[in-house]
Amino acid sequence: MIRRTVLALISLMPLAACSSNSETAAGSTAGTGGGSGVPGGGVTSAELGGPRGPIVPGSQQDLEVNVGDRVFFAFDSAALDDAARQTLERQAAWLKQYPAVSVTIEGHCDERGTREYNLALGERRAQAVKNYLVALGISPDRIRTISYGEERPADPGHDETAWALNRRAVTVVNVTG
Amino acid sequence: MNPSIPLRRRALLAGTVAFAGGVFARRLAQAQLHLDITRGFVEPMPIAVSPFAGDGPAAREQGEAIAQVVSADLDSSGLFRTLDRRAYIQGPEELRGVPRFADWRQINAQALVTGVVRSPEPLVVEFRLWDVFGGTQLRGLRLDAPSSAWRRVAHKIADAVYERLTGESGYFDTKIAYIAETGPATRRIKRVAVMDQDGANHAFLTDGSQLVLTPRLSPDVTRIAYLVFRHPAPRVVMRELASGREIVLGEFPGMSFAPRFSPDGRSLLVSIAQEGNTDLFRFDLVTRQLRRLTDGAAIDTSPSYSPDGTKIAFNSDRGGSPQLYVMNADGSGVRRISFGSGRYGEPEWSPRGDLIAFSKLDKGFFHIGVMKPDGSDERLLTRNYQDESPTWSPNGRVILFSRQDRAGGRTRLFSIDITGYNQREIPTPLDASDPNWSALLP
Repeated sequence: MIRRTVLALISLMPLAACSSNSETAAGSTAGTGGGSGVPGGGVTSAELGGPRGPIVPGSQQDLEVNVGDRVFFAFDSAALDDAARQTLERQAAWLKQYPAVSVTIEGHCDERGTREYNLALGERRAQAVKNYLVALGISPDRIRTISYGEERPADPGHDETAWALNRRAVTVVNVTG
Repeated sequence: MNPSIPLRRRALLAGTVAFAGGVFARRLAQAQLHLDITRGFVEPMPIAVSPFAGDGPAAREQGEAIAQVVSADLDSSGLFRTLDRRAYIQGPEELRGVPRFADWRQINAQALVTGVVRSPEPLVVEFRLWDVFGGTQLRGLRLDAPSSAWRRVAHKIADAVYERLTGESGYFDTKIAYIAETGPATRRIKRVAVMDQDGANHAFLTDGSQLVLTPRLSPDVTRIAYLVFRHPAPRVVMRELASGREIVLGEFPGMSFAPRFSPDGRSLLVSIAQEGNTDLFRFDLVTRQLRRLTDGAAIDTSPSYSPDGTKIAFNSDRGGSPQLYVMNADGSGVRRISFGSGRYGEPEWSPRGDLIAFSKLDKGFFHIGVMKPDGSDERLLTRNYQDESPTWSPNGRVILFSRQDRAGGRTRLFSIDITGYNQREIPTPLDASDPNWSALLP
């Protein structure tokens, strides 16, 4: 059940990113369709999404949108499941594409554990991700790890949906070397 | 804020015993006026705390304030019930001598606290504790302190009353270090804070610009160690309380966290995470040597010394889930002590040595509990969405912990007696977590 939720979320993320990317385009299509029956004048209008800058290749946004910046874990586990490994394989390919990029793996936990145990568990999760990326050929010199334990939840909620989103390791592009 | 305020006290001669009965009568009276706090529920003892008399208006005002703090301390223990002072027949100035015990028996006060403020600056206070039905003085003390330390004088008087009537040392002249929290959960701002046991003299020690966790006060309450998220890795730092000056600990390999002082204050236990593995180390604060205590792929953290310093309880998942273990202080002789259902964490050895407090997650609820150091006689004291971070009163009778409510998510401090009774909130100006209760101030 938990695993299903996580898998569903992971598989949705690239889709969600795609749909928001194409928001402006979709709006203009609807507007130019002319099917709204506005009489005369040839003037049509369309809803505009917010302006969106081009995604810089090799940036954090590029990683988030086109690769997936995070993997999720089961309760009190640092094991990488199939979905996590697929994400990390994409990350490894991306890191090979941008050899100047170095990253920090942030290990996080849900709040259902003690603060100190979670600091250790977050470190274990970050290291599991690092080990997998290294095994895929990324130099360990390009990868730092840090554990935030339960201190920086992605979702502030107090239920299994939130906890599943918070048990994660996030790959963050280092701003300076 | 400065815990090392000079504070002198000496016993007042019990020369004013009203019924100069023999040794036997006195012993009988004392036997009657003893509160057994080892039983489950204790009916609070009715006690009268008179405003202290004063030599002059400023002294009388101070005497009034001191009596209020003494009353609040005693009431907070749940063991005493201070009687409404409007019922008192004798006034403070009449109580400079021997009380008229009949007046106090009439309102059913079992014990009576009286006092005189001889001087407001520097503060000179005399206090006496009387057995109303036995008609005897149980305790007398003169305390000298700078007037800025008047609350400490009051706490010391409350400690003397508690000690004389229960046979256990008190815990009112103490401090609590904790983490003050503000802001949304995803970007929580945390600051190290220190306050008196009753919430007074509150002070922030850090400004919130860096994430800080798990403060621990040194046994002599002169230093504080905590975790700070600082580049390149989160690490344990230590500061002097009085000056705020940071004491450099040197570099640890990897992330260091979960600091704990040894009972003699000479060394600091830290957990160090390297390559995804967390082990326990002892850092000698004098020689600056770092010594490994545990090894292996498991998480070993949240250590706690036994009060004699010979053993260390800690949290480990070496058996597959987080459980409690005890080992010798050099890392030898590890054995598991938790065998109940659920996941255990944060063992805290009682200053009396007789119990280990812990938190545990079982069937969706967190509990604060206690067990004997061999793991027997486990008792759960609380049950809630998230109860964490138990810390002991210096007399080993009360446990302070943090509680996060599911609804609203507020995090606050509570205390509970080891009997499971007398749960109360310790008010803090902001949300509060990671409490650490100091030893009695020197």
